[in-house]
Amino acid sequence: MKFRFAHESIEINAGLLIGLTLLVISIGGLVEIVPLFYIDETIEEVEGVRPYTPLEQAGRDIYVREGCYTCHSQMIRPFRDELLRYGHYSLAAESQYDHPFQWGSKRTGPDLARVGEKYSNEWHVQHLEAPRSVVPESIMPNYPWLSETALNTSDIEGKLRALKMVGVPYSDTDEEYQANVERFGEEAAKMLDIHSAEKNLIAQAQAGNYDGDRSNLTEMDAMVAYLQLLGTLVDFSKYDEGYFAEFR
Amino acid sequence: MSDNNTQQQGKAVQTTGHAWDGDLQEFNNPLPRWWIWTFYATIIFSLGYWIIYPTWPYANTFTKGVGNTITFQNSAGEEVTTHWNTRSLLIEDMQTGEEALKQKAYLEKVNAASYEEILSDPDMMAFANSMAKVVFADNCAACHGPGGDLPEQAFGLYPNVADDAWLWGGTTTEIEQTITHGRNGFMPAFGKSLNDEKLEQLANYVLGLSGHSVETDKAAAGQKIFQGQEGGCYYCHGTDGTGLKSQGAANLTDAVWTVANVPGAVKEEGKVAAVKSVIKNGITRQMPQWKSRLGVEQIKLLTLYVHELGGGE
Repeated sequence: MKFRFAHESIEINAGLLIGLTLLVISIGGLVEIVPLFYIDETIEEVEGVRPYTPLEQAGRDIYVREGCYTCHSQMIRPFRDELLRYGHYSLAAESQYDHPFQWGSKRTGPDLARVGEKYSNEWHVQHLEAPRSVVPESIMPNYPWLSETALNTSDIEGKLRALKMVGVPYSDTDEEYQANVERFGEEAAKMLDIHSAEKNLIAQAQAGNYDGDRSNLTEMDAMVAYLQLLGTLVDFSKYDEGYFAEFR
Repeated sequence: MSDNNTQQQGKAVQTTGHAWDGDLQEFNNPLPRWWIWTFYATIIFSLGYWIIYPTWPYANTFTKGVGNTITFQNSAGEEVTTHWNTRSLLIEDMQTGEEALKQKAYLEKVNAASYEEILSDPDMMAFANSMAKVVFADNCAACHGPGGDLPEQAFGLYPNVADDAWLWGGTTTEIEQTITHGRNGFMPAFGKSLNDEKLEQLANYVLGLSGHSVETDKAAAGQKIFQGQEGGCYYCHGTDGTGLKSQGAANLTDAVWTVANVPGAVKEEGKVAAVKSVIKNGITRQMPQWKSRLGVEQIKLLTLYVHELGGGE
């Protein structure tokens, strides 16, 4: 029989179809995924990025729970218009401890990657409770329960342990703590100690008074603490713009 | 294969050879020509793309693209040439892009000129207004409202910057200072040190300062608290109640209310209650600093914009 290539011969042979499909997918996978494990310079070396403190992590969990990511991205792209509106484009290093990351690609509301320290704590509380009281044209829902709901602090240790399992350097042993002191400084290292997570969480909320009410610890405290941190860890004035381009 | 053919509009068309329910068959038409050729074209396009742009990984690096480089200046003034990437593209766009250059020319002029010079130059002011309007909307409007005047429901939360009453001063120097470094507005709460009767008296006096009709005996008693050590209000608001800009203390003698919702109260009691509540609970307001977010030129433009929004001094 004379050989003639016909797609039909693949379509009618289930084994061959499966085999060739796997081959095509593997090439895509190899090309797109495998290099990420070897090209180590994709994550910029920058100072200042550290894992979230227990309070910030609790706030981040509320951010995810409330589905903020469905309307807000946390990814400033390297375009002139985004630079002028939001600030410096996001670095891979800035979300290296995010599990899962909150980059997103759909903006119903503005990007939040650099919202930290942009507004006062009072503004965030007011805006989360009743967005239209400060931004009349906003279509964001009200989140009044954040101020009324006590923050559950009992599970924070478990949360940090879970994050540690996927590679976030929260410290469990003395050795890990010392490593964190060297890497992030003593102040930050203390906040990353799993054993004092709950104590640290409460202390930071007391000191920061994020919701403007010292008498109780609410979900609003955690949420505002998280929002005020976003995009503030890297001091971009220290770096030449060309430096970040070297990682591409 | 004649079994696999059937008739469609008089032409013989191949079928897959499957038949269901006796006569239900499936055509086996070839793909349309235009589709096939578009498909081949995308393959040829990708070959070109692979050559010109960074694409294929190998070892611990990747193909950088042939004849496709970007040149920009680093902060030391040296020329850097790199393979095509979006980050370098942005730097190049900011340094040599048409729009960026147009803006840069103006920004350099803004940087070199004094506030007086810009204010007297219509061309520069037109640029200042158009650019600052956008910067204001992106950064300031969330608190101060899109036009610098607050929505009604946000009364008292943040100062109106479209009027001519200035808590921290309305000269260009003072506005620039406010935007650059931020402000912490603070008035202590008197709810613990003054009882309700005294708060009432004080509120009557304060309302009287701006010409509201008040109960004169209460106002007289309130004046003693205001001017004396008990309240010590004069320390920030001044003995005549006209305020102190270095402390961000409001002028109490004008018709502008920045925290107590006096304009929103219809009856006298409501006005007294509004003032009383502010004295009782105090005020803690914070305006963030903008120097780490905005450039010197942007702050300068914003200063001009805000200065012109309200009656600048």
